[in-house]
Amino acid sequence: MEILFYVFATVLVGAAIGVITARNPVHSVLYLVLAFFNSAVLWLLLEAEFLAIVLVLVYVGAVMVLFLFVVMMLDVNVESVKSGFTRYAPVGVLVMVIIAVELAQVIWVRHMGLRGVGELTPMPADYNNTRELGLLLYTEYFYAFELAAVILLVAIVAAISLTMRRRPGLKAQDIARQVGVRREDRVKLVKMDAEERQ
Amino acid sequence: MAIWESIPEQFQMVLIILAQVLAVTIVVTLCVAYLTLAERKVIGYIQNRIGPNRVGPKGLLQPFADVIKLLLKEVVVPSSANRFLFVIAPLLSITPALAAWAVMPLFPGFTLANINAGLLYVLALTSLGVYGVILAGWASNSKYAFLGAMRSAAQIVAYEIAMGFALVAVVMASGSLNLGEIVEAQAGGAGLLNWFWLPLFPLFVVYFISGVAETNRAPFDVAEGESEIVAGFHVEYSGVTFAIFFLAEYANMILISALTAVFFLGGWLSPFQGLFGEDSVLGAPGLFWFALKTAFFLFCFLWFRATFPRYRYDQIMRLGWKIFIPVTIVWIFVLGAMIAFQVPPWFA
Repeated sequence: MEILFYVFATVLVGAAIGVITARNPVHSVLYLVLAFFNSAVLWLLLEAEFLAIVLVLVYVGAVMVLFLFVVMMLDVNVESVKSGFTRYAPVGVLVMVIIAVELAQVIWVRHMGLRGVGELTPMPADYNNTRELGLLLYTEYFYAFELAAVILLVAIVAAISLTMRRRPGLKAQDIARQVGVRREDRVKLVKMDAEERQ
Repeated sequence: MAIWESIPEQFQMVLIILAQVLAVTIVVTLCVAYLTLAERKVIGYIQNRIGPNRVGPKGLLQPFADVIKLLLKEVVVPSSANRFLFVIAPLLSITPALAAWAVMPLFPGFTLANINAGLLYVLALTSLGVYGVILAGWASNSKYAFLGAMRSAAQIVAYEIAMGFALVAVVMASGSLNLGEIVEAQAGGAGLLNWFWLPLFPLFVVYFISGVAETNRAPFDVAEGESEIVAGFHVEYSGVTFAIFFLAEYANMILISALTAVFFLGGWLSPFQGLFGEDSVLGAPGLFWFALKTAFFLFCFLWFRATFPRYRYDQIMRLGWKIFIPVTIVWIFVLGAMIAFQVPPWFA
């Protein structure tokens, strides 16, 4: 188990470094996909199958596909983005220091009087991780869960309303009008007498 | 036997699992090979011609001839294409289609990996197939390939949502994410009337049509669209790399057909369960029924291709977003009411 953890953790860190060092944005996105995969495997090793599969399903299967889509379409020029590096460096260093301090605090959490995670006990094979998670979410954490759902709904509505604009001069089909067309609108039958044979 | 006994117990288990995995993979691959022949034969007869009949008896060796031909051809990598991604893209599209068979309940009591979240696993894997197509389009460094990849990505993302919602209803009806338990939840005296296709009929239709769209098959094959963008995402591929894309498409078709059979037509259950009893030949559940149902859906795939003209792209998007997703959401509410009122025979 431990060897497996170190193998996947190494690949994960390597992929994460690849995300920020790759010159091509498409490669960055693919490194991120690899990173997600490896963190899913780490969760599997912790017997959190549901979370692991959902991570792959949501992030790799949906979010990253849209990322790839956008990055490929935009054709981002990396050089012009990198030109402001020295200007933003102080802010970057500040963020880095904050994250490092936070990480250190998480590692030393037991010295701050907080209860850390105890020894993990392996569950028997018939233990249903998904069912347990569902039971907890829909009973104990019901309000938090519903709140998260409502926030997501608001985000969806906001995103859709942002894209709902009519551009003038856009040549798009009006489906309702297309479907509503009847034969009488398009076809005109003209009745005329047959011409005399020459 | 003596050699087998001398192997340590852990290795015995590993060897048995490996043998099972190999057996399932080889059978699926053979099915893929013969599906390509079946497609040409079926469409041939639909179009009033005979189809391939020269290689081997009745043309039965045609798939092997095709494979050998493609293996011997040169692989051309376009100039300034991304070599690594170009080669790995076909592999990315066939691996999920084969890996998903790990959780497929083939006959009573046999699944390679009987995991609780099997349905989620299948959903996660089928959503990975799109990477092969997108990367192929991008790495080819070709306009047509890129257009095909973009079309395919938008289409697959749209139809995945409808598929996911349809599966939510299957989970609600069966109360489980385990594919074997989903099959067992459809067992009952009424035989085929007990299966989920009846209470979930709109979702059954939505799921199968979305499956056709997910596999980029006609009439939703705008990603290839040979009359508009030559061959779409695989226009630059040749030889082995093309063969793998070709096989991936057929492997995906078999997978979608098998999944539809498991979710809505009771997998390995017999349609005459109540009529003849479980002990009779026709009433007993088994691999035969599962294969028969899968074959029926595969025939539908071929039938669609020979029958329908290609959808226009904006109509595909409209069908996915504005028709299928609302239908599935409405039916989830209907299903909730059916479960709440314990409608027999499914939810009593």
